[in-house]
Amino acid sequence: MTTWTPDPSFYPSPRMAMKAAPEALAYVAAFDPDRKTPDAIAVVDVDPKSKTYAQIIATTAMPNAGDELHHFGWSACSSCLCPNAPHAHAERRYLVVPGLRSSRIHILDTKPDPKQPRIVKVVEPQEVADKAGYTRPHTVHCGPEGIYVAALGNREGKGPGGVFLMDPETFDVRGQWEMDRGPQRLAYDAWWHLGHDTLVTSEWGTPDTFEDGLIPEVLLGARYGRRLHFWDLHKRKHLQTIDFGDKYQLVFELRPAHDPTKAYGFVNCVISLENLSSSIWTWYQDGDKWAVKKVIEIPAEPADPDLLPPVLKGFKAVPPLVTDIDLSMDDKFLYVACWGTGDLQQYDVSDPFAPKLTGKVRIGGIVSKATHPGARNGALSGGPQMVEISRDGKRVYFTNSLYGAIDPQFYPDGIEGWMVKLDADPNGGIAFDPKFFVPWPAPHRPHQVRLEGGDCSSDSYCYP
Amino acid sequence: MLDTGPSLVFAGLGAFHGLNPAMGWLFAVALGLHRRSRATVMISLLPIALGHAASIAAVAALLVAAGTTLPQGLVRVGSGLLLLGWAGYHWRFGHRHRVRFGMQVGLWGLALWSFLMATAHGAGLMLWPALMPSCFPAGVDPGLAGPGAAALAAVGIHTLAMVATTAVVAGLVYEWLGIAVLRQAWLNVDVLWVVALGATGGLLLFSAL
Repeated sequence: MTTWTPDPSFYPSPRMAMKAAPEALAYVAAFDPDRKTPDAIAVVDVDPKSKTYAQIIATTAMPNAGDELHHFGWSACSSCLCPNAPHAHAERRYLVVPGLRSSRIHILDTKPDPKQPRIVKVVEPQEVADKAGYTRPHTVHCGPEGIYVAALGNREGKGPGGVFLMDPETFDVRGQWEMDRGPQRLAYDAWWHLGHDTLVTSEWGTPDTFEDGLIPEVLLGARYGRRLHFWDLHKRKHLQTIDFGDKYQLVFELRPAHDPTKAYGFVNCVISLENLSSSIWTWYQDGDKWAVKKVIEIPAEPADPDLLPPVLKGFKAVPPLVTDIDLSMDDKFLYVACWGTGDLQQYDVSDPFAPKLTGKVRIGGIVSKATHPGARNGALSGGPQMVEISRDGKRVYFTNSLYGAIDPQFYPDGIEGWMVKLDADPNGGIAFDPKFFVPWPAPHRPHQVRLEGGDCSSDSYCYP
Repeated sequence: MLDTGPSLVFAGLGAFHGLNPAMGWLFAVALGLHRRSRATVMISLLPIALGHAASIAAVAALLVAAGTTLPQGLVRVGSGLLLLGWAGYHWRFGHRHRVRFGMQVGLWGLALWSFLMATAHGAGLMLWPALMPSCFPAGVDPGLAGPGAAALAAVGIHTLAMVATTAVVAGLVYEWLGIAVLRQAWLNVDVLWVVALGATGGLLLFSAL
């Protein structure tokens, strides 16, 4: 399709993107942990004026079962307006939806009817493995050279994992992104500073160490990921590794500042082997090198061992298990999902080195099982997990499942899926929208949320 | 040395390239915004013009070389085919260039970026139909100096028009309009360009028959 002016959902700068109209739809990845029924992308009505507000209004089922839909992204976004690699007349139209377990990649067209996306192409795992040498595709980002996909394993399901490129028009797999990977072996998330020609990657582990759940020996041996890698975005070359040290495990979600002139970002470390705490770290440019500083530590909460799953009984505490974070478009508020304790916290990070806690809600949690005004049956399972913020920063959505094989390790009684929404005060403070509680239909559980027209973890910008 | 007609074509194409956000003014504005410096916007124009001129000049030199050694008809057919091929390439693969330079680009990098953008666009090729009669007027034995001088003049006019337009647009956007103007004003000139490349190629082939 030829368009004459840029896609109206593309904004040159994050400041302008904040003025976008509120989203009316959310797309949510939902998977069946038993791998019997096909996973799906669900469409949730998030327009408060609509009669079907806070309801799933459609689902697009995948052609196979057992994909484990997890993270996904748009084929094109605001980075298409960048001056060095302009593709201003591309469209934010296709959702690129990988199966984390199957390595199959689905392309969904949202154009003819945004309320009922259609699958228009399926890239089979063999094509991904043959052309890119990778499997277990995870993060999807639209960027200067097309679609970037971070994958956790190589073709054998071992290391190294890495990043590969897909064509944003034909969706062909173009190949491995790295030209010189240096010492990097483990992979997880990837994002960039377009203003500083730098790509950042984080680490989880190779598929053989997580596909049947976390392996205690690997975790206690500090052999899961604990490093950040910095790359030259255009030379595709590894530049620097930062090791968090052998006390820290699982360095996950990368949230660089949206303002392209700012050279800092936030990453969460899920667990400290010393005291089960979770931590948030700020990475920043320090001269011609990158550096990190721990800026938030969230402690574990003491708990009655009888209320804890086997894996935690000996510790007599609930770890916060911060497994996702998200940064508002103005780089002012950082949202922190504590999947273990059930907290969703909001920090003012205007000073990225001195965050201030400005809001907190609790829902679910391993011990607390906190409820929601819109929930009918009291105690809720699971906890705050994938978080997404509207472009204007006024609404925050999140779901409660982490990963099929890990959910039962921490929630052995099972997780009933749900999705909720917070209203955020521009000056700080968050509260549940009592009307927004989406009980997720079994057997599926919800994971990542993407908002119509873009959200705070989908787009990157070249202009301040 | 050059007639008014061809000169207007060279200048017009230069202005068209100058207007196109993908050819440089937008990069200059972005660098200025990043470094909060009006001077950066203006200094960036220099490497952008240099890279553009080098690309145009290289392609013009090719024409002069071909024109002095090969029969006119063959040059027409060859350049017509080349333009058609470029149009096809642009239509099919224009979106998948390797990105080599980003916002940390230096002055030489910017010049190379501009050279690559102009070359990939086939900017110089589009000058050929107007260059041919200027370099090789009918019934005159051209020698080498004549066509060379004509080509140089054409490159000069084109580049001046291009850089003047780039400067005006970059200045307007940086100082007054703001970058938000992109959302409505960035017209899909690539489509027009592909059509123009194809049409010019077709005309050249037709005229060689």
